[in-house]
Amino acid sequence: MKGRKVVSTVIYHIFIAALGLVMVYPVLWMVSGSLKNNAEILSGSLSLIPPAWRWENFAQGWRGFGHVTFTTYFKNSILITTFATLGTVISSSLIAYALSRVKFAGRKLWFTIMIGTMLLPGQVVMIPQYLIYNRIHWVGTPLPLIVPHFFGAPFFIYMMMQFMTSIPRELDEAAIIDGCSKYSVFSRVIFPLLKPSLISTIIIQFYWKWDDYMGPMLYLGKPTSYTVSIAVKLFADATSKTDYGPMFAMSTLSMIPVFTIFLVFNRYLVDGISTSGLKG
Amino acid sequence: MNKKKNDGSGRTGWNRFIYNNNTVGYVFLAPFVIGFLCFTIIPMISSLYYSCTDYNMIDKETWIGINNYINLFKDERFLNSIKVTLEYVFFSVPLKLAFALFIAFLLTRPSKAVSFYRSLYYLPSLIGGSVAVALVWKELFARKGLINVNLGKLGIDAVNWFGNMTTAKWPIILMTVWQFGSSMLIFAAGLKEIPSSYYEAAKIDGANGWQSFWKITMPCLSPIILFNLIMQLISSFMVFTQAFVITGGGPNDATMYYALYVYKQGINNRNMGYASAMSWVMLVIMSVITLIVFKTSNHWVFNESES
Repeated sequence: MKGRKVVSTVIYHIFIAALGLVMVYPVLWMVSGSLKNNAEILSGSLSLIPPAWRWENFAQGWRGFGHVTFTTYFKNSILITTFATLGTVISSSLIAYALSRVKFAGRKLWFTIMIGTMLLPGQVVMIPQYLIYNRIHWVGTPLPLIVPHFFGAPFFIYMMMQFMTSIPRELDEAAIIDGCSKYSVFSRVIFPLLKPSLISTIIIQFYWKWDDYMGPMLYLGKPTSYTVSIAVKLFADATSKTDYGPMFAMSTLSMIPVFTIFLVFNRYLVDGISTSGLKG
Repeated sequence: MNKKKNDGSGRTGWNRFIYNNNTVGYVFLAPFVIGFLCFTIIPMISSLYYSCTDYNMIDKETWIGINNYINLFKDERFLNSIKVTLEYVFFSVPLKLAFALFIAFLLTRPSKAVSFYRSLYYLPSLIGGSVAVALVWKELFARKGLINVNLGKLGIDAVNWFGNMTTAKWPIILMTVWQFGSSMLIFAAGLKEIPSSYYEAAKIDGANGWQSFWKITMPCLSPIILFNLIMQLISSFMVFTQAFVITGGGPNDATMYYALYVYKQGINNRNMGYASAMSWVMLVIMSVITLIVFKTSNHWVFNESES
């Protein structure tokens, strides 16, 4: 019996690890491609070890397009992503607190509206929003990519509300008895306890925003305000033949911020997602 | 701190107002109310007006009634975009959810390696929406790309993935399924909350693993399946970047998804009136589909309070 258990455990680990390797293979292939030249990339070899380590791809890729280098693209991406993520975390936690902990007139209605907004696909409001931003002369600036995030994101509001159901209400009541107002209950009790959920929000919003291509493409006009995702696409748009090595080199670099955030906060990700409130 | 008791009588009125539940609620809710008005309601209402005009962002618009809507239903490219979008959703969402649940279930074993595996499987979701990965995908499935070369080694004829109307959608669907990580995490969180006593009781009653999966796991997980289903439906309807980067909508509109076509009409051709009408038609379609899913969910979502 014990022998059988060992065998099944080994098979389990081999299966999971092999499948995992298949999953991440495209990414590894890209990373190894950043050190290969065109012929080596297009050879169709499954090998991940570059025949020669062509670091010059990185220098060549970093030079960017026109006179704009990747230093500019990274700066733009970092600014937009940081502000948007900060805005989402702060505003969504405030709104989630109101909807889940404060009994005010109209709460049910606003909760329904919030869910309705969550179910509204972004592409449906793409053209309507574009027209409004055009009217107020925001098209061509990064403002449409940042400002709306300071007004809450329904998906994260909902996620935080789910998490708040796991924070006992007795804590709020105890704080009130100790002389806290409803405002300080948020800042001293709920917000600190919300940490795992805030971190999940940071990770998810960060990579959504960092990877976003449609928004920057719609709203950023000048090459000096392009983000990394726009710049990486420019490699493929080049009128002459595509330089795959530099393209993959910059693609690889473009993923580093997302990986860093993920690795730093990884252990919180699962804890921050609570489904207890989803049950009827 | 609440200083209500210490303040002079002149300030109690103000205090009563500021610490009132309604005030507190709307203070905290204020960002949402403002954002909802400015970034959802006002744009949607004004686009309803524009959808009845020939607005092109340059000339003053003229009112043309419901002509845009009539033209939409005569526009074969639009009807085709709805068709290919529905097809894409139909294949990608169930496959993605099934795969997410399968992996989440596999990773419930108590093992130190599990959290490592979970990160490994989450990786595609983390970066899958990026242009970088879309470009990798384009090369992998290119005519002389890695997939075809290695299919050739196995004796299978090369497939011209993006040159053929019937095959072009599959690499994009595969790419979507590959990003199953977020759904997996939500399933994993749900699985964690099923009391182990349920499984123990079933085991005592002689149930095998398969039976307890269908009789315990699935019913307990059904609200979470519904949540994931709705979220994935919505995000699938929005498919844009992958198709934009990989196929550009081709060949012959085989991957001209709804969002791509709206972009072409609205942003490229500046047919803003027409694109606004398209947005409203899509809103109606999405609402109907979401409503249908919610209505049918009564039959398959297990509700603990009813049992």
